[in-house]
Amino acid sequence: MADHDPSTPLAETPLAALHARLGGKMVPFAGYSMPVQYKLGILGEHKHTREQAGLFDVSHMGQASLSGPGAPEFLETLCPGDIAGLQVGRMRYSVLLNADGGIIDDLMVLRLADNAFHLVLNAACKTEDFAHIAAHLPAGLSFTPRPDLALVALQGPKAAAVLGELAPGAERLDFMQSANASIGGVDTLITRSGYTGEDGYELSCANADIEVLAERLLAFDAVEPIGLGARDSLRLEAGLCLYGHDIDTTTSPIEAGLIWIIPKPRRTADAGYPGAARIAREIADGVSRRRVGIRPAGRAIAREGAVILSPDGDRIGVVTSGGFGPSAEGPVAMGYVPPAYAKTGSPLLLEVRGKQHPAEVVKMPFVPHRYYRGQ
Amino acid sequence: MANERYTEDHEWVRVEGDTAVCGISDYAQEQLGDVVFVELPEIGRVVSAKDEIAVVESVKAASDIYAPVSGEVVAVNSAVEEDPETVNRDALGKGWLFKIKLTDAAEAESLMDETSYEDYIAGLDE
Repeated sequence: MADHDPSTPLAETPLAALHARLGGKMVPFAGYSMPVQYKLGILGEHKHTREQAGLFDVSHMGQASLSGPGAPEFLETLCPGDIAGLQVGRMRYSVLLNADGGIIDDLMVLRLADNAFHLVLNAACKTEDFAHIAAHLPAGLSFTPRPDLALVALQGPKAAAVLGELAPGAERLDFMQSANASIGGVDTLITRSGYTGEDGYELSCANADIEVLAERLLAFDAVEPIGLGARDSLRLEAGLCLYGHDIDTTTSPIEAGLIWIIPKPRRTADAGYPGAARIAREIADGVSRRRVGIRPAGRAIAREGAVILSPDGDRIGVVTSGGFGPSAEGPVAMGYVPPAYAKTGSPLLLEVRGKQHPAEVVKMPFVPHRYYRGQ
Repeated sequence: MANERYTEDHEWVRVEGDTAVCGISDYAQEQLGDVVFVELPEIGRVVSAKDEIAVVESVKAASDIYAPVSGEVVAVNSAVEEDPETVNRDALGKGWLFKIKLTDAAEAESLMDETSYEDYIAGLDE
């Protein structure tokens, strides 16, 4: 969790009153007061999301609108992804890169129209992201941060049945497809996406309307409110990066195992985005470290910061995320190691409270993704 | 079972003869949340009160457990290693962690009784 400077007051999301009514245990996170858990507790909320459906307040995240002629080409000067080739009504995961090819932030890019995009960025990075995008904005394009919008995620195997009842047709959207719907009179931007590895949606609407929308969803027996604690264990089991932990301004997408977000024609030094030279070089010459999934052999939990050692006891890396995986039924972790140790099945040691524990490099995700890809 | 004594770090002890059964309080398990890992001391280890002796880990974080009294570890509850949530379900009963053979039979009496401990945690929650 992000540290909080106690001299600055915490911001609240438009769902603060709802969190209080639901008994949310509030903690500081990225400058916001956010629920870490509700009455079910982290373990119960995690399992509920995997078995039924969970509702997450993610209104602290940054949302922004970008529009104007050449908007896709502009985004391709900041991100290594294929934005020009993205269909209208489809969304893609990408990153903002710095001149050294390090990751400024990871984000979701939704194409609303030929020249109009909706962006979703991390709460802790959004101020810098907005400044970065605005600083590079060409004349004729319009870029607007959208603090007027709130965001919730509905995740889990029952999400489609629930949302399909409120917004008929939502159950037929593909993974990473969007639609507009009126839910109980609330204008909602729906995307079939999320951060848990489960099928599900993210729903964006005006701040003033989000409580009505959240209450409509919570009225279903299958839906429980879920806090940041379970959000973290769910995304860790899904093998998804947490910005500021698993990726940061020093890690490249290649080191992070995110080469899949860069289409082949954009893997060259002259691809026209910051850090393209490093991307091309790392693809050609290899990297010095790679993000891998790690499964400790015993029950001891290796958390962020735990030292990774080779079987000979040499220090080779650090755990960037680690915890107990309720669905994996044991400890899980990810971290960076040299390529020689990055192969699936490679034995490692993890140092926890001064003791070395055997572990193994494993394929991620730790729990299979269940995204909806059509019938 | 109101003869437990408590430390300010939320361990409890129950003296049975020359031995103190030790665990974490109901308040502590509640604050920790779902316990998913317990690391217990080696039998035979000699500890002084306030020594780090065990670790109780919830989904959220790892918490050090301190020896509430001085003496020798003579038993550990391996059942909680197998099923850590026992600590949540029955912190003062089946969720006990270890037993210490007391160096000083009177040491436990210097700890808080149940009423004092309840006042103490009421103060923490304010």
